Amino acid sequence: MSARAVWEEEPTPVGRFGKPVVLALIALAVAFPLYVVVVTSLSSTEAVTRAGGLVVVPRELTVAAYVQLLSGGVVTKALLISVGITAIGTAFSLGITVLAAYGLSRPGSLFHRPLLFIVLLTFLFGPGIIPSYLVVNALGLIDHYASLILPAAISAFNLIVMRSFFMGIPTELIDSARIDGAGEFAILRRIVLPLSKAVVAVVGLFYAVGYWNAFFNALLYINDNSKWPLQMVLRTYIVQQQPLPTGAGGVATGIAGLSPAPGLAIKMAIVVIAIVPVLLVYPFIQRHFQKGVIIGAVKG
Amino acid sequence: MTTVVKPPAQAERLPDAKRTSRRHKRGRAGGMSFTHRLRRDWPLLVMVLPVVVLLGVFHYFPTLGNVIAFQDYSPYAGIRGSEFIGFGNFQRMFAEPAFWKAVANTVSITAVQLAFFFPIPIALALLLNSVLSSKLRNLIQGVVYLPHFFSWVLVVSLFQQMIGGAGLLAQTLRDHGHQAVDLMTKPDTFILLVTAQAVWKDAGWGMIVFLAALSTISPELYESAAADGANRWRRLWHITLPGLRPVIVLLLILRLGDALTVGFEQFILQRSAVGGGAAEVLDTYVYYQGLLVGDFGYGAAAGLFKGVVGLVLVLLANRFAHMVGEQGVYSKS
Repeated sequence: MSARAVWEEEPTPVGRFGKPVVLALIALAVAFPLYVVVVTSLSSTEAVTRAGGLVVVPRELTVAAYVQLLSGGVVTKALLISVGITAIGTAFSLGITVLAAYGLSRPGSLFHRPLLFIVLLTFLFGPGIIPSYLVVNALGLIDHYASLILPAAISAFNLIVMRSFFMGIPTELIDSARIDGAGEFAILRRIVLPLSKAVVAVVGLFYAVGYWNAFFNALLYINDNSKWPLQMVLRTYIVQQQPLPTGAGGVATGIAGLSPAPGLAIKMAIVVIAIVPVLLVYPFIQRHFQKGVIIGAVKG
Repeated sequence: MTTVVKPPAQAERLPDAKRTSRRHKRGRAGGMSFTHRLRRDWPLLVMVLPVVVLLGVFHYFPTLGNVIAFQDYSPYAGIRGSEFIGFGNFQRMFAEPAFWKAVANTVSITAVQLAFFFPIPIALALLLNSVLSSKLRNLIQGVVYLPHFFSWVLVVSLFQQMIGGAGLLAQTLRDHGHQAVDLMTKPDTFILLVTAQAVWKDAGWGMIVFLAALSTISPELYESAAADGANRWRRLWHITLPGLRPVIVLLLILRLGDALTVGFEQFILQRSAVGGGAAEVLDTYVYYQGLLVGDFGYGAAAGLFKGVVGLVLVLLANRFAHMVGEQGVYSKS
């Protein structure tokens, strides 16, 4: 619908001018902080000094902060850890979610209802922070990267979304494959998965964003700060404003040919590094909004 | 639906027929022996196994671990070696003003969010729905959904850079000769700060459900209302809002059921800057008492209190939803 319906009245002046203004303000409220952070991260010492802090009007842009952060040290390490956890965690979560969603997608199969109940019941209550900590501790997973993946590996919501999608696949297709002698694993791989690319992509992206953003589990289970993922680094040096270690093991102090970046630019560059992967996958997630995958899922 | 009245069109009968055939094949297993079903369905069971094991180890097993709430738990003695003290931890907790402070903070944050957060996605959805250009609509949607995918660490960092002590607002005020303000460390306004952060992060995302509900309202209703002389406000009142009512009631009930959950990360990140007086909520209380102070049994008791009260609230809220004739979150069937 791109034109006003004939029965609708003319927009009032307030509506005609007010609406775009309100919408622009909303968009600005989201975009402006991001803009300031990006510009400051790219600013030289002089620009930061002249602005007296955060830079709104870009002058003398330089990538020195990024070069310093990414040439070894705390942030480089945390970035690699976060990328690794996200990649491995997403593959793991997606794998077991697909399997379980298919395993639970045939009503009337053996133990179908009790197994589904086990999954659904997790919506109603969480086990609590302390007992969870004690279990992870008893398993010897403290300071182990697995503690960032295993306890949070399954989202019951994602599992149910995928299961509903699988249940919508025409039974005739599955039955005819079974008559041809295909086992359940073959049916899943050759029939169901090729038809479910969209939902697998969306669920995978949701898992990936979840792993990338996770901070709680690292706070609880990772005491060794050389194993911190990026969000913990962000929390320590930006939110808590502890001084970043410079020099060996910390942030490189100056790279040949580039004057050292100001501290504020370095901090803002850490923020940007935490945002960029989300921005990169966001268009893919967004594309599926229009296809209605997520809206359908939200509606149940 | 109309399927019963109409002559059985092929397309409409298909889903029904499908369902019966499947149920016939799998569900009506009355005569089928257990071993037969096991032989048929074991691959499905194998597929579900990893998830069941993980949920068992990291969800159900720790849930049982809540017994330490009734113990004077010592990490060295373990659950078996620690002494049971009945409701001792709970008695101590209920006599503790700091605990009730955390409860009060949690409940007031929920109340403020219901008043100031809850209506915003609805208003936003109505506003966006009235935008005629679909390109512009998609663009705005793309922008306002985005912060939902940011971590809390990131959101707090961004707020700090904008309105914190060294942030852009303070900087601008100083440049113009005013007193700088630091809105990130003020306990008095903390409740508004966290609500603003929640709005910035999730109001856009909250809109998605309402947009979906709006799209199901038939345009013909509007057209005939307009023909009967209803202006835009009357159409909003008599068509749009009744159309949204089920969703609004459902979400309201869900939020009430979740009254004791206001989010852990957002508060733990800001607790040290603002102080426990304003920023201590139940979840952070559990974390501090249990893990940082090391009083595991006591922390678990506070966590269990939250879990049990939360569960009761969800069940009550759902019962209430059924009572007012809405679908609720789940039903018995």
